[in-house]
Amino acid sequence: MKLNVNGQLHEIVSDPRTPLLYVLRDDLKLNAAKFGCGLGQCGACTVLIDGEAVFSCITPAALIADKKITTLEGLGTLAQPSPIQRAFIEEQAAQCGYCIPGMMMRAQALLQKKPQANDDEIRAALEPNLCRCGTQMRILRAVGRARALMATAQAGDRT
Amino acid sequence: MSVTRIARSVGIICVVLALALAVGLGAFLIAARQPAIDPITPPPANSFAPDLLKRGAQLAALGNCDVCHTAVGGRPFAGGRALPTPFGAIYATNITPDVDTGIGNWSEAAFKRAMRHGVRRDGAYLYPAFPYDHFTRVSDDDAKAIYAYLMTREPVRAVAPANELPFPLNVRSLMFGWDLLFLRPGPFRPDKNHDATWNRGAYLVEGLGHCGACHTPRNFLGAEKSDQDLSGGESEGWTAYALNAGSPAPVQWNADTLAHYLAFGFDASHGVARGPMAEVADDLHALPEPDIRAIAAYLADRAGHARPAVSEIERQRAVQMQRGKTGAANSADSQASIGAADATHDDGAAIYLSACAGCHEGPRAVPFGGIDLALSSGVAGPNATNLFNVVLHGLPAADATHAPVMPGFGAAMNDAQLVALARYLRARFTDKEPWPDVEQSLREARSATRAATTRSAPSDRLMPPSTKPGAGNEAQR
Repeated sequence: MKLNVNGQLHEIVSDPRTPLLYVLRDDLKLNAAKFGCGLGQCGACTVLIDGEAVFSCITPAALIADKKITTLEGLGTLAQPSPIQRAFIEEQAAQCGYCIPGMMMRAQALLQKKPQANDDEIRAALEPNLCRCGTQMRILRAVGRARALMATAQAGDRT
Repeated sequence: MSVTRIARSVGIICVVLALALAVGLGAFLIAARQPAIDPITPPPANSFAPDLLKRGAQLAALGNCDVCHTAVGGRPFAGGRALPTPFGAIYATNITPDVDTGIGNWSEAAFKRAMRHGVRRDGAYLYPAFPYDHFTRVSDDDAKAIYAYLMTREPVRAVAPANELPFPLNVRSLMFGWDLLFLRPGPFRPDKNHDATWNRGAYLVEGLGHCGACHTPRNFLGAEKSDQDLSGGESEGWTAYALNAGSPAPVQWNADTLAHYLAFGFDASHGVARGPMAEVADDLHALPEPDIRAIAAYLADRAGHARPAVSEIERQRAVQMQRGKTGAANSADSQASIGAADATHDDGAAIYLSACAGCHEGPRAVPFGGIDLALSSGVAGPNATNLFNVVLHGLPAADATHAPVMPGFGAAMNDAQLVALARYLRARFTDKEPWPDVEQSLREARSATRAATTRSAPSDRLMPPSTKPGAGNEAQR
């Protein structure tokens, strides 16, 4: 089975029913996406599939053989964080941090589709993702900041 | 006959026809005219008795007034929610007691005329998207209580968007004709052949409950087909299952399971209410237990199998039989069963096993665990519409309360995979014919945005399924 993850094709030898999350973490050693509930109810495992936020813990890898998968590692690096990562760092939006990769991926999906999403839309979009430390307000601020950063980044690209 | 004479004859015929048409139209418009009822100053809130308001609240909940008359994220009863119809969207109006934009200056008489005859205070016709064909059965006392309840809500200034109806349907007077054809005004008439409970249930179902508005098919003019009462209809892109003997439920409904489902939004042998029915069940929780029981008794009788509750053992037996029929086995050897019987559904079987079985064959009970799909009306139903609505969009979390949640798979599965899954589920979990138009159902479900109506019923007042429905309503509401 071939998987396109973060722009690279990977040949995976695995039971096709294996959840994508396990393939990402165990086979590809991409550990940003987290195992939370395993039921698609907490959002810690969120990754992008063709730009849509998806729970990787309940998505069989075989279903997405022909699709583009993006994990947090695909957005930026420590040295060169993406706008969403920069925003989360600048707002210090993590407490324990377990939910944050999923939060970032879901916010990324929203802002890619709708760069000018308003605060209500951000709140609504993040609803499937849970944070148990109570950093929701910082997370919302971080996504707001990312929205502004992305807007300037795009403006920068154009010039 | 010369050409000029023919032309003259044709001309005369045309003039006569035009005159007849004009006279007919004039007569129609004159007959259609309804007087305005004088505006009033809104009655003060303390002019209504508390008992009347309490009853009004229950009755308004039964009528689901808030469901249509509240926009998504909007203020209660302030209107603005679009009701999609085959003719175009109709927007629910503001029924808060705001004088300028709501019903603040409506007298009780004006309110009752709207309920019974579908005519606004100012004399304009309402569209039957407002189910006055049902509400006309509501008793005088009940209409009075609902009026009292609505007139004591918080007034909200809000104007609903204009309806999206093409000419000539945007001419409200035309509804005079619709009413002549389809409206049978008049109060509910009890059937002496049945007991008081049955008649109470019939009154609630046929009147305020307006179950038929979704569960009865409609004709090309949008009226319920009276000869197919409760034989299954459609609502906002969801299939409303037949409630009569044609019900697709794998385990037959009875008065007890219906009562539990209506009061709590789920039943162990039928699953959770979702789509528009989630909103209905959410409201019905406000009803006193005897009313819930009456509705359930009446509907169970209409379904033709009013019988005592199946015990849990009987229910399990039914599940096993259902599975036996389709060659499927229980969860332990589910994998083994995907062999000969499912060879033609390899893709669907693999998807089910990896994406669905974890919850739908898991240890958690309904409503927070997935229902055994052998019990699902969605899989046994007349089409794949509801199944796709749920698989694509899931059951999103309800606001500020806990409710059964299911993740949507619309982004993870392509159309071929979804179709394979639907075909497999139909073959494995039912003994029914394959759906003929699965792709069409999927296209429709894909094209609609159902996020607003895909949630399940909120379960903040869930009680153990063994507890009697209705107990403790008052304290919890």
